[in-house]
Amino acid sequence: MALTREQIAMRVAQEFKDGSYVNLGIGIPTLAANYVPDGVAVMLQSENGLLGMGRYPTEDEVDADMINAGKETVTASVGASIFSSAESFAMIRGGHVDFTVLGAFEVDCNGNIASWMIPGKLVKGMGGAMDLVAGAKNIIVTMTHADKHGNSKLLKECKLPLTGVNCITHIITDLAMLEVKEGAFHLVERAPGVSVDEIREKTEGELVVNGDIPEMRI
Amino acid sequence: MSGFNKVVASYDEAMAGLKDDMTIIAGGFGLCGIPEGLIAQIQKMGTKGLTVVSNNCGVDGFGLGLLLEKHQIKKMVASYVGENALFEKQLLDGELEVELTPQGTLAEKMRAGGAGIPAFYTATGYGTPVGEGKEVREFNGRPHILEESVTGDFAIVRAWKADTMGNCIYRHTAQNFNPMAATAGKITVVEAEEIVQPGELAPTEIQTPGIYVDRVIQGQFEKRIERKVTRDA
Repeated sequence: MALTREQIAMRVAQEFKDGSYVNLGIGIPTLAANYVPDGVAVMLQSENGLLGMGRYPTEDEVDADMINAGKETVTASVGASIFSSAESFAMIRGGHVDFTVLGAFEVDCNGNIASWMIPGKLVKGMGGAMDLVAGAKNIIVTMTHADKHGNSKLLKECKLPLTGVNCITHIITDLAMLEVKEGAFHLVERAPGVSVDEIREKTEGELVVNGDIPEMRI
Repeated sequence: MSGFNKVVASYDEAMAGLKDDMTIIAGGFGLCGIPEGLIAQIQKMGTKGLTVVSNNCGVDGFGLGLLLEKHQIKKMVASYVGENALFEKQLLDGELEVELTPQGTLAEKMRAGGAGIPAFYTATGYGTPVGEGKEVREFNGRPHILEESVTGDFAIVRAWKADTMGNCIYRHTAQNFNPMAATAGKITVVEAEEIVQPGELAPTEIQTPGIYVDRVIQGQFEKRIERKVTRDA
């Protein structure tokens, strides 16, 4: 069975190491904050200038001056710090953020990612995505393996305008977890009940399968 | 009155000297930390042909969105402009030009501009439409693109507290782009929630030293929230 959005988020959260600094994009990545394993402490970085993003506020705690990068009201966690946008991107571009998780339209087997622009549709902007993919040590992309017509989103070469080149290391889809290296997608885990053949069929770029591929534990 | 007293009494004085075709650098992220009264004053003045450098362009009817209503913006330099129907219309009509800029590059353009650094290399945007036509140079085996910094004829900034000498502190995430914007204006105008006397802010807590600031005005803020999300108590 293909994973739900929540299950993709659960699998992402298993990657977080205790004591890591993590930036989560909008959508499925944000959900991962709900599934951080017990005994693992992470500090969430919000690129508008908050390290240590806490829970949403109660009605009484709402403060117009406390928002996250999605422009939602938030609180600060214990140990948080607040700083300027230049400082925030110094952390990001300087490689100090341990994990960045973001969505994408397409990725390819050279680690390229397209996530911000579809020609012919109105372009709203890249926000911080280009800085994040250029700067983070480990980038996890969350996406569905294929589009709604069944076309692969894991390509030989991205067709859409890129967000970053040669930067993606891990992909977690509704079907699989894959590592991107040496110009190919290396299959690491399968979603429970999903066969290697199905993953192969839905992966346009070169897929490397070494030995038995374990199922994910969600 | 001391030569270091930068407080002005009216919004007319605060934005005096703003002319058509000038460049304005504005602090704020979404509607958080925007200099609301200064933006309203620019709308009132009706200045046209402006280039505005800001992370976003407000929303319809509020923030920098006000300047779209009177067709005052010629060019917008921003990282994300998706919150605004009027923006979309003017862009599609060819009335408005937009230079989409990665958020970190935008912050660094302001920071570098204010610090007298005309350009810098960054890996951000290499190999993407942002890097097209820009000089590429390799450092540590990795390609980088040359990005030019920005300065403005005016910078408009929202502070939490400013003293009369222009020293500023910011409140929570309303800080965002404001400290960099403050450094990058030929004339920097600070709209403060509260103006205090010199000495009331401790030297170590000051985030924008007064040397960057030319004018300070007492503001009134609505502080509109774009996406209010709450949890149960």
